[in-house]
Amino acid sequence: MPTGIKDKVVILGMGCSRFGERWDASPEDLMVEAYGEAMADAGIDPKQLDAAWFSTHMSDVGTGRGGLPLSIALRLPNIGVTRVENFCAGGTEAVRGAAYAVASGACDIALALGVEKLKDTGYGGLPVATVGTLVPQWYPNAVAPANFAQLATAYRRKHRVDADTLKRAIAHVSVKSHANGAKNAKAHLRKPITEEQVLAAPIIAEPLGLFDCCGVSDGAAAVIVTRPDIARALGKRDLVAFKALQLSTSNGWEMHSSQWDGSYFHTTRIAAKRAYEEAGIHAPRNEVSMLEVHDCFSVTELVTMEDLYLSPEGGAVKDVMDGVFDADGRIPCQIDGGLKCFGHPVGASGVRMLYEMYLQLQHRAGARQLPDPRIGLTHNLGGQPSQNVASVTIVGGLRA
Amino acid sequence: MLGIVGYGAYIPRLRLSRKAVVQANAWYAPQFAAKAKGTRAFANWDEDSITMAVAAARDCLGSGADRARVRGLYLASCTVPFVERSNAGIVGEALLLDETIDAIDITGSQRAALSAVTLALAKAQSAGAQLVLAADLRQARAASAQELEFGDAAAALLLGTEGVIAEYLGGATLSIDFVDHFRSSDAEVDYAWEERWVRDEGVGKLMPRAIGAALADAGIGAAAVDHFIFPSTIAKLDAQLAGACGIRTDAVVDNLQGRIGDAGTAHALLMLAHTLERAKPGQLILVSQFGSGAQALLFRVTEAALAKASSAAAAGASPAVRPVKGVGAWLERGVEETSYTKFLAFRQQLILERGMRGEQDKKTALSTLYRHRRSILGFVAGRCSITGEVHFPPSRISYTPGAPALDTQEPYPLSERQGTVLSWSAEYLSYYPSPPQYYGQVDFDGGGRVLMEFVDVSKGDIESGTRVEMVFRIKDVDERRGFVRYFWKATPVRAPAAAKE
Repeated sequence: MPTGIKDKVVILGMGCSRFGERWDASPEDLMVEAYGEAMADAGIDPKQLDAAWFSTHMSDVGTGRGGLPLSIALRLPNIGVTRVENFCAGGTEAVRGAAYAVASGACDIALALGVEKLKDTGYGGLPVATVGTLVPQWYPNAVAPANFAQLATAYRRKHRVDADTLKRAIAHVSVKSHANGAKNAKAHLRKPITEEQVLAAPIIAEPLGLFDCCGVSDGAAAVIVTRPDIARALGKRDLVAFKALQLSTSNGWEMHSSQWDGSYFHTTRIAAKRAYEEAGIHAPRNEVSMLEVHDCFSVTELVTMEDLYLSPEGGAVKDVMDGVFDADGRIPCQIDGGLKCFGHPVGASGVRMLYEMYLQLQHRAGARQLPDPRIGLTHNLGGQPSQNVASVTIVGGLRA
Repeated sequence: MLGIVGYGAYIPRLRLSRKAVVQANAWYAPQFAAKAKGTRAFANWDEDSITMAVAAARDCLGSGADRARVRGLYLASCTVPFVERSNAGIVGEALLLDETIDAIDITGSQRAALSAVTLALAKAQSAGAQLVLAADLRQARAASAQELEFGDAAAALLLGTEGVIAEYLGGATLSIDFVDHFRSSDAEVDYAWEERWVRDEGVGKLMPRAIGAALADAGIGAAAVDHFIFPSTIAKLDAQLAGACGIRTDAVVDNLQGRIGDAGTAHALLMLAHTLERAKPGQLILVSQFGSGAQALLFRVTEAALAKASSAAAAGASPAVRPVKGVGAWLERGVEETSYTKFLAFRQQLILERGMRGEQDKKTALSTLYRHRRSILGFVAGRCSITGEVHFPPSRISYTPGAPALDTQEPYPLSERQGTVLSWSAEYLSYYPSPPQYYGQVDFDGGGRVLMEFVDVSKGDIESGTRVEMVFRIKDVDERRGFVRYFWKATPVRAPAAAKE
């Protein structure tokens, strides 16, 4: 195993725009909002940036292609800007590029910024994507809710959970995230909801109802990374360092063989194991203080708890109902509201997750600040259960 | 001996209640009150004459790998989707027929199917078995008599010299430009002349000439005919014609008007397929049809017709003597539909709001389609010759964990294999012509997994573990350019071949 990036890269500054239906803002405005906050937080001048990584997914409907949109919007000093796209995990992919650049010594300071402008399509939900010339000729005209809803049917069958029990458990996932999001001024959805509301909501894709689906939002998030020695030289204390950053990508095994049972994320399990190894975490349920997972749908969050080895196999329903992942639970999850309520501007979400971990570790999370978080984990997923990109990032304080 | 060596049929699952139609249109067309009886078959939104013809052919041929014996293909229809692009060619790809055979579209008249049978019989003498398919999906105006009388269906007949179950005895044709109705190439519906004139001057005078000539050709007396097939939407015209020709009225075959409606070009062969399911050895069948003239063919049922069906499970078995399902099973498989607007919407006669998600361009890259046509039209996967793992679509490198092998996959058809639903959902978000859209992962018997659309399903039909079989359907319609994209979908196994025994 390579030595990895543990404690080699720290966060110099972060910023995040308000997420939501930003009828007032174009992607350029959202980028400026996140970048401005991050630069102010870092306390550096643009000339100190050596390179940038830029994540946006739906280039056709939002921001455009290549590195130009970022460089032009921020008037960067002609540094290299690399656009990355890895479905909904693109935000973490941008962070990965910037972190690797810093860890390798190729750059001293690097920027990663994710943005998505989804609300210029004229309709709700994710935009209809194009997928090349062969896939549309055989693949169903699939939509995200129905792709992820299939987790529920497979999970029920595997663990012999009846439909009502699972429906109530995933309802609790959403109720918890709404309670958290209500405390976040930057969140898209800020109204607490009840279990009754969730259960009574119209069905989008069996068995997922309206409140089982995350918000589709406009937004941007940015992180500036550097090496610990540079951060200290710039006067930074209480450094938040990367302990691990791992990515796993499907190769078609889940999609095409008959071996995967459809109830879990093969890639998340691989990325989690690698990340725990890189970070030196042996008992995640005891060592992880808090997490932001890719809760694009309530059922995704539930099964992910098992894939991250925080709940035992088949034990997520009980853990969720026991409140293990509630704000006052043993491992608070989606403290900022998550994709569900903070919102899901696709290319920005991975960076947004990191933003919450950073604020919590620096005790700057305001009304939703947790008492004493030590280790934060983000799980950023792109694609769908049978074919996806999964990333696990672990961050924590760095002793001087 | 020359004659019929196999037969099959297909009737869509949806059966529109005529009462629902008549009641909806009563304010405008009260004259149809007496026709508010029974049902008519209508195609699902993703069916057309090509997909129905494929279904009938599969009913005839069975799941056996023995399709190489089919040495000619004829598709008779007056409602083929393409004016240029061989419709029969698409059917041949879907059936994985040998690509060296001729696949021919025959169209232009209601008796095109009988014309195809005549051609096929001539060719089958020396060139091997010939497959005749007939299918129609006829459009009619809302609140017209035709809307109530027509029905969508398809039939298949395999003609050859080995394993003959109904020997061809003779036939006769009249090609006469008697225009009872017509439809120009850019028109949506037929333009028909007065029914009484058609009955008296057309059917009444031309059909007896053709039938008499066919009987003379076969050397058979009219009274000897046991099954008289003559499709017509005019009530009791079949019995009148039988009487005029000297054929016993008890020989008149039920035209299925009460449950299915008239399937146009396909109807005589549909009735023939229904008759063959029940006919006894030695019986004489006269099949006739009217359209731009008249035609009649005579067959005698042989002892071989009694042979047991080669069940769908017996892959590779010799000639399928009986259909996999047959008209009887298709009749029982119907579900009554009382939503008249669904019928109108499926036929583009009622334009429903689609929302912006319905605006997506469905342009097909024809070069991509050609490269992958065996996968897309024939549903051929790739099976790794080392591990046996099945991949769809086929790929150069196999996914086998830890041991990806290069160029080891061999063609492996999935269309005749059944599978089991692993996971599924039914979604209301996207634009789908018949919401909700059901799709999910299907694990095939023998390996392979494909994310597939489920069709012909009602609430509760699909669950993890549900057994499914494959059907060839329209995948998408490119309305802007007039192109139709086809692929395979899964439907619950409802009437396994074994149940017929």
